[in-house]
Amino acid sequence: MQFGLSESQIILRDSAREFFAGECQMARVRRLMETSTADDPALWSALAAQGYTGIIFAEEYGGVGLGVVELVLLMEEAGRALLPGPLFSTVALAGAVLDACASDAQKKTYLAPICRGDARATLALLESSASWDPADVEVVSRGGRLTGEKLFVPDAAVADWIVVVARDGVHVVDAKAPGVSVAPMSGMDLTRKLYSVTFADVQVETLDRGAGLSRGLQVATTALVAEAVGGMQRTLDLSVDYAKTRKQFGKPIGTFQAVQHQCADMYLETESARSAAYYAAWTLQERAPDAAVAVSIAKMYASDAGRAVGNRGIQIHGGMGFTWENDLHLYYRRAKSTETTLGDATFHRERIARLVIDADAS
Amino acid sequence: MDLNLTAEELQFRDELRAWLAAHVPSNWEHRRDESLDTHFAFLKQWQRTLYDGGWAGISWPTDYGGRGASLMQQVIFWQELALAGAPPMANVLGLGLVGPTLIAFGTEAQKARYLRKILSAEEIWCQGFSEPNAGSDLAGLQTEARLDGDSYVVNGQKVWTSYGWAADWCELVVRTDPAAPKHKGLTVLLVDMKTPGVEVRPLRQMTGETEFNEIFFRDVRVPSENVVGRVNQGWDVAIGTLMHERGTFGAGLQIAYKRNMDRLIELAGKVQRGGRPAAQDPVIRQKLAQCYAEVEIMRANQMRAFSRISATGVPGPEGSIQKIFWSELNQRLQQIAQELLGAYGQLEAGDHRAIDRGAWSYGYLRARGNTIEAGTSEIQRNIIGHFVLGLPRSY
Repeated sequence: MQFGLSESQIILRDSAREFFAGECQMARVRRLMETSTADDPALWSALAAQGYTGIIFAEEYGGVGLGVVELVLLMEEAGRALLPGPLFSTVALAGAVLDACASDAQKKTYLAPICRGDARATLALLESSASWDPADVEVVSRGGRLTGEKLFVPDAAVADWIVVVARDGVHVVDAKAPGVSVAPMSGMDLTRKLYSVTFADVQVETLDRGAGLSRGLQVATTALVAEAVGGMQRTLDLSVDYAKTRKQFGKPIGTFQAVQHQCADMYLETESARSAAYYAAWTLQERAPDAAVAVSIAKMYASDAGRAVGNRGIQIHGGMGFTWENDLHLYYRRAKSTETTLGDATFHRERIARLVIDADAS
Repeated sequence: MDLNLTAEELQFRDELRAWLAAHVPSNWEHRRDESLDTHFAFLKQWQRTLYDGGWAGISWPTDYGGRGASLMQQVIFWQELALAGAPPMANVLGLGLVGPTLIAFGTEAQKARYLRKILSAEEIWCQGFSEPNAGSDLAGLQTEARLDGDSYVVNGQKVWTSYGWAADWCELVVRTDPAAPKHKGLTVLLVDMKTPGVEVRPLRQMTGETEFNEIFFRDVRVPSENVVGRVNQGWDVAIGTLMHERGTFGAGLQIAYKRNMDRLIELAGKVQRGGRPAAQDPVIRQKLAQCYAEVEIMRANQMRAFSRISATGVPGPEGSIQKIFWSELNQRLQQIAQELLGAYGQLEAGDHRAIDRGAWSYGYLRARGNTIEAGTSEIQRNIIGHFVLGLPRSY
């Protein structure tokens, strides 16, 4: 029993950290967030060259064949760097759902180009009800054709394929097919653009193993939690640095316990979210029976902790923290988007209740 | 990362499970109504049974009566003990704090003299750290020890001493150099509680129990061979003890919380709220789920911490988050229990209407001490701020 990272996991994490430190500096993040898609083809090619776009997919589809724990380590570093663009939506969201729901032939069609860096994808789940429970989805395909509207679809404008969760299964739509129209939604997170997608009698390919959806969403959720942990760590690091250098009353403000204790709480929250994310990743990798609970616990905790850490970080920075020029609000915006994506804390607490209270009663 | 038990760990667990199934006394929780002395004698006997079976001191060296196993096996031991509903061991501080301190800092002679008797509960230990004027500011303590021939003469007062009433020995921190800066003039002594001049007085806590004590020292002579580590370097020894307290002490607690959580869920199925079981009330469901999740995160945090300690050999200052987490979580858990039980939550042991024989009213009051004992939450946050995050000292 050993809950530390292995040597190869540490190498993967460190090389990802180094990669993002070189390729994804804040100047580039800020430049991309001002564009309409926050996507940079050169950055995408570099991610693919590292093998990151195929990290969890089997080698027979051109992937690296690593596990959910490794995906989580990569996403943590991406989150620390506030990576803009479609890595999350392509690999961890649509990719994980494709991996869980597609037949071998379908995986060859969709995952192989993603691994090569030639294609991007996203997942369309939410509708006007804004419910993350797939049972609340209303859109349905008929005779292999789909009509309806999906909302809050990340990175849809740069996606080649849109994986659509419908009442009758999980389908793939060619994003450039006639009848698909994509329109921006002005989300708070400037580095992850959201869109509404309308389907007007669009041809779909139905994934053969639609029952895999919950597994795919669990992997996506855990990856998102890990990305949030990276953002929390960065917010903590920036805040501790600031508390060491900013002086008031002739001393660094980090001398004052009111500030120190905020930092200590940020540390506790970040470490706890990290423990929960790693544990969830492990249960998914091992296909352990408590995976569904572990994923909901991680998302529940990180949704609240991500917001709390952001609040504390900005508070420690005082007026500087409230400026556009300071980077904290970019992480704060991402944290708010992450909080709701794939279900907020209230949503997952109810899930946990169903899994542990109702199971106990029955 | 591999959270599956290794073959060796599995074998250890199965062997332990079988032993516990045969040896854990039944219905022992009903003995809580006994007097403190009678109950403690029972706990000592239970620890002796564990010792005789070879199950005390899992990760301690075999030379001193331990099993020489890994820290992970020690963790498995605490978990299995709790899962089996076994009584706690009597020598809580000897096992958790004094023993590890002696293993790290003691002389060969001290290890040979004390460790086995800690494991067998033949000698019960307490910790003389806090004083009336030295709580969070522990290094400001004033109990003094003057060298006189080949012994130290101790004068002063300690307070909040858990198990003082039962202790045969005390790990005592004293000031040996009043002229030195406060962290530099301290020494750790092992004091026989039967030495003339040691007086133990009971302190009644808000739960009504007298779990802890004041101890007065008047010209108490302690042989100089009872110094642990070096003279005037007792701060390092004391901090070593406290790191164990924060880092590894919570392992058994997690399973106890888990049992409390399971019991709360069971109660929620029975207690009525607005004409239906509380387990169907959306607000109660949210609160129970939050608490359930935190108990699980406590376990994940501990597992990561134990893996780190296994790799480095010693607990570090980051253990302070475990202390904050378990203490604050228990207060939240007990509060949720109170909300669930409503008016019944306040009923104490002895009232025939009390749920679980008053365990929840006791738990609520007892939990209030959690964020104070073993270093207040404020001190733990200072430790994280300074020693983990590298912020300047605030005092």
